[in-house]
Amino acid sequence: MSNAFSALQGVSDTGFAHVKEMGLVGMVTLKADLDAAITKKAVKSAIGEGIPAARGMSDGSKPDGVAWMAPDELLFLCKHEEAEGVVNALTKGMGDAHHLAVNVSDARAVFTIEARDVREVLGKLTPANLADLKPREIRRSRFAQVPAAFWMNSPNHATVICFRSVAQYMFDLLVTAAKEGAEVRYY
Amino acid sequence: MSTRLPTQGRLIDRSSTVKFTFNGKWMRGHAGDTLASALLANDQMLVGRSFKYHRPRGIVASGGEEPNALVNLGRHKRHEPNQRVTTTELFDKLEATSQNHWPSLEFDVGAVNAMVSRFLPAGFYYKTFMFPRAFWKHVFEPVIRQSAGLGAAPHPETRDPDRYEHFYAHVDMVIAGGGIAGLMAALASGRAGKRVLLVEQSAHWGGRAPVDGDVVDGQSAEDWVKNAVEELEKMENVSLRLRTQLSGVYDHGYALAYERIGDHAPSEESPRHRLWRIRAGRIVAATGAIERPLSFPGNDKPGVMLAGAVRDYIVNYGVTPGDRIVVVTNNDDGYRTALTAHAAGVAVACVVDPRPTADGDLPQQVRALNIPVRTGAAISKVKGLKRVVSVRVQAFAEDDGGYDEIPCDAVAMSGGWSPVVHLWSHCGGKLNWDEGQACFVPDTDRPPTNQNGEGYVTCIGAAAGGLQGAAAAKTVADRMSALGIATEEVPVQTANEALLAPVWVMPAYAGVKKRAKMWLDFQNDVKVSDVMLAAQEGYESVEHTKRYTTLGMATDQGKLSNINGLAVLAEALDKGIPQVGTTTFRPPYTPISMGAIAGEAKGALFQPLRRTPIHDWHEAQGAYMEPVGHWRRPYCFPRDGESHEDAVNREIDATRRSLGLLDASTLGKIIVKGPDAPKFMGMLYTNMMSSLKPGKCRYGLMCNENGFLMDDGVVVRLDEETFLCHTTSGGADTVHGWMEDWLQCEWWDWKVYTANVTEQWAQIAVVGPNARKLLEKLGGMDVSKDTLPFMQMAEGTLGGFDARVFRISFSGELSYEIAVPASQGRAFWDALHEAGAEWNATPYGTEALHVMRAEKGFIMIGDETDGTVIPQDLGLNWAISKKKEDFLGKRGQQRTFMASEDRWQLVGLETVDGSVLPDGSYCVADGKNANGQANVQGRVTSTYYSPTLARGISMGLVHKGPDRMGEVVEFNTVDGGRVKTKIVSPVFYDPEGEKQNV
Repeated sequence: MSNAFSALQGVSDTGFAHVKEMGLVGMVTLKADLDAAITKKAVKSAIGEGIPAARGMSDGSKPDGVAWMAPDELLFLCKHEEAEGVVNALTKGMGDAHHLAVNVSDARAVFTIEARDVREVLGKLTPANLADLKPREIRRSRFAQVPAAFWMNSPNHATVICFRSVAQYMFDLLVTAAKEGAEVRYY
Repeated sequence: MSTRLPTQGRLIDRSSTVKFTFNGKWMRGHAGDTLASALLANDQMLVGRSFKYHRPRGIVASGGEEPNALVNLGRHKRHEPNQRVTTTELFDKLEATSQNHWPSLEFDVGAVNAMVSRFLPAGFYYKTFMFPRAFWKHVFEPVIRQSAGLGAAPHPETRDPDRYEHFYAHVDMVIAGGGIAGLMAALASGRAGKRVLLVEQSAHWGGRAPVDGDVVDGQSAEDWVKNAVEELEKMENVSLRLRTQLSGVYDHGYALAYERIGDHAPSEESPRHRLWRIRAGRIVAATGAIERPLSFPGNDKPGVMLAGAVRDYIVNYGVTPGDRIVVVTNNDDGYRTALTAHAAGVAVACVVDPRPTADGDLPQQVRALNIPVRTGAAISKVKGLKRVVSVRVQAFAEDDGGYDEIPCDAVAMSGGWSPVVHLWSHCGGKLNWDEGQACFVPDTDRPPTNQNGEGYVTCIGAAAGGLQGAAAAKTVADRMSALGIATEEVPVQTANEALLAPVWVMPAYAGVKKRAKMWLDFQNDVKVSDVMLAAQEGYESVEHTKRYTTLGMATDQGKLSNINGLAVLAEALDKGIPQVGTTTFRPPYTPISMGAIAGEAKGALFQPLRRTPIHDWHEAQGAYMEPVGHWRRPYCFPRDGESHEDAVNREIDATRRSLGLLDASTLGKIIVKGPDAPKFMGMLYTNMMSSLKPGKCRYGLMCNENGFLMDDGVVVRLDEETFLCHTTSGGADTVHGWMEDWLQCEWWDWKVYTANVTEQWAQIAVVGPNARKLLEKLGGMDVSKDTLPFMQMAEGTLGGFDARVFRISFSGELSYEIAVPASQGRAFWDALHEAGAEWNATPYGTEALHVMRAEKGFIMIGDETDGTVIPQDLGLNWAISKKKEDFLGKRGQQRTFMASEDRWQLVGLETVDGSVLPDGSYCVADGKNANGQANVQGRVTSTYYSPTLARGISMGLVHKGPDRMGEVVEFNTVDGGRVKTKIVSPVFYDPEGEKQNV
């Protein structure tokens, strides 16, 4: 709706990497027994995807996706206005089975990084092992002093999710790390 | 004089000119110079003064081990003290000033200290300044601080303009040191497909081998290095970093490396330093060795240098420290300096060697050049004040009074080489004493161990004790092969060297006067006589002697002085060197900048600030913000010219009379869901929560296991198995963690899921008699008293916004807290202001919130609680279920002293004169305690001026307070006064609750 704004309203900056806040993104957390047949079925019917393996996520060929967050937790990504629909579909699909499906779209801010090799930016902020990180492998880690989840879509493109309240901090971090002249040339 | 030679200088570009200043004087150097080589080229022998005696000091070394030549670099915002000239690469307009002198480097009043040095012996701080006690603080310390010390600290108000950053790297192998050994290891590991990071602290690959003319695999060291680097650069799995020092080794294969990106080419564009945070499968230390000085009288004078450093200056930079050099050495390697100097056209007056004979390859080559070699000899005096003029040479082993005086302007000394074992030792790798080479070497049977009990640091090359070419190459092949990396032994040809003679004092039987002129620690002015005195006074442990004498405690961390010092100690104690042992090696290897440690965390990035969706509006209104956890919340919204106090009073008044708006988005919001959620909630809260009906709200208390109150908030039951728990702003993350802790560790079989949705919702309190009118004007939901009574919630669309409306009050007024998705928060806030204008909708801050809740006697976590307060102390017994079998904290509250009535309990406090009690004020009781302090019987927990009641109001904990209503007691003030105060009910305003229940 017209009243809805993301934390930084799509701000961007270009250094040796291009950093952009993605605007509003739909996100739904599902906590459930991921091995249960009913969960698999509910996920499939809600978003048309299977449950990814540990640290995995859907391949990105479709706008909607699902990512593994923990042994009992998934994160669904969709259009912002569709998030409530995903919650409802999951709730319906799970029926009486113990679960928690909740819209967390507005609790988050999402950034994209584009660079020759995005690890040049990520490597300044997260202690996660980037040398072994494959595209579309999601990591829950930290960026400097705040929690963040991220993945590389390709060597040139990464997505970072953080809490909405620290969106400005995250943007400043990424912009500082990507400043012209600060290339590490390690990767 | 020290000067630039017409030949040599492999690292400098003679066609270039680089101008710089030293103590304001313009000087010239070449690109490729270090500040040290450029100063020497300009005949600047004197570069500083020592710490204690203000002795004239010159450059001793050519690398990071330099103890003397520390300068202030830059000025104003970029002023940085204690920078080593030997590791500072020259750049245009570099500004350096010398340190620790007054009024000038050339003439220093403090040098008088040297004349009274016999009154400043080892431990003189302890001995001299003990009595009278008061003198230390007011007389001795100020004087010592004035006269001792090194560079000037930056002004506290200056801000470092440079950028710094961290970089994380995960590798199979990090190799420290880009000399021949490090390059060999990198080649072998790279070829084996390992992910390798090779770091070299200087700006050049190859280490000392090109200077010493080693022949590696049939090629000159220089060519071999060039080829090796070319091959490594082509390997995708190998990264090479110059100007990067592996500074520290830590547990579990963690290592820090310090990259100096901008020091040699200052620029606003790039970060100045980068701290590499490395996770390595294996850490390989190819860190080489450091040459030791010899302890002869006057060895600290400008012009006395390490022999290897003299070679470095000649070969690398085409600079000689003197026209006529004397070499003094206890080993064959020192003779290389005579050969190098001679080849560069520098006169070598003689070589002084304490060994009875010196017939190895190198001494023979020196003799063949007709350079006099004096074996069995020693230097017994160095003449000259600010630079060397001559040396006295006499017999080493006996003092028959005879000597020769040999004119010279530089002395090259070599006391042998010590492997750089720091990285091995940082995490506890042990050392063995190598008698033959007179040095400590890593004991491969006792490495630093990782989480599996396996060694994770490997030393190779000189660092492993292979102090000569072929031996070094063998350690590379052996140790790398032992790691499972196939490594061929590369043949290295160097001259055969005879064994050194361990010489720790020269001449051997020097008397007290001479020993008092033999410097061990050049920077801290510790001499052979000091260490001997310490031993005489009973200091046996090397760690104690270090602290007593300050040996090795300077900024060079004893790189030159350590071994010499403990050898002298061993001799004085009549023990072996291994029995005395070494002091502890601690990271970093050389000092690293504070900026690099901070990384990006400065300015706006110093700490993450949490912002609500309405934060920008607050800032635009000029709100005075206060920290609440990492959030910033408006304390009040002062208007033009208004004081904070006035603003708070106005905000309260407007709210109580008409309509106030509060951004309560920071309030914690946690979803608890599952079939076992009612049971779980029952354990978390002291109240009965299972009886709460869907759609209803209940104020709840959360205690820790000991029964102390830790958080509070309104719980809303959303449906049969779903609860929404509101927590304090600062407590949301802790409470969520607390819930998960119990669910994961204790009640793992309970079917409950939680989610912290604090930031999903913007929450706004609409407060005041006109609150309902505003919501009705927005429209879309029935918020009437009957449909939405007190302590109930409704979901719907309010003025076009997706809203959850909670009918709760923290102010005592008619009040709604409305949650909308965070993305709509700002628009909703604006809509409330627009629609509320007719009722003078007034934003209020946290202080007004606090005052209004205090007027109502509502407690605040962190004010009325401090981790030692139980709900019963606060009169909250009504919120503690007596029916429940258990809840967290129940048993704690049953302990006798908790269940006792003999406790400080919450009451309201009204000063008789209407004034505001000071925060933290104590309620005074009769008598004094054992410390002579007044006894107390209570304290203030919250205290404010209430604009509603036009007087001061306070809450406090008073001994058996609720039983003492109406009693007048005394509270103290900071200036020692007493304030008469009446004990009253904590509910000052609308005790019947009529206003919130309309």
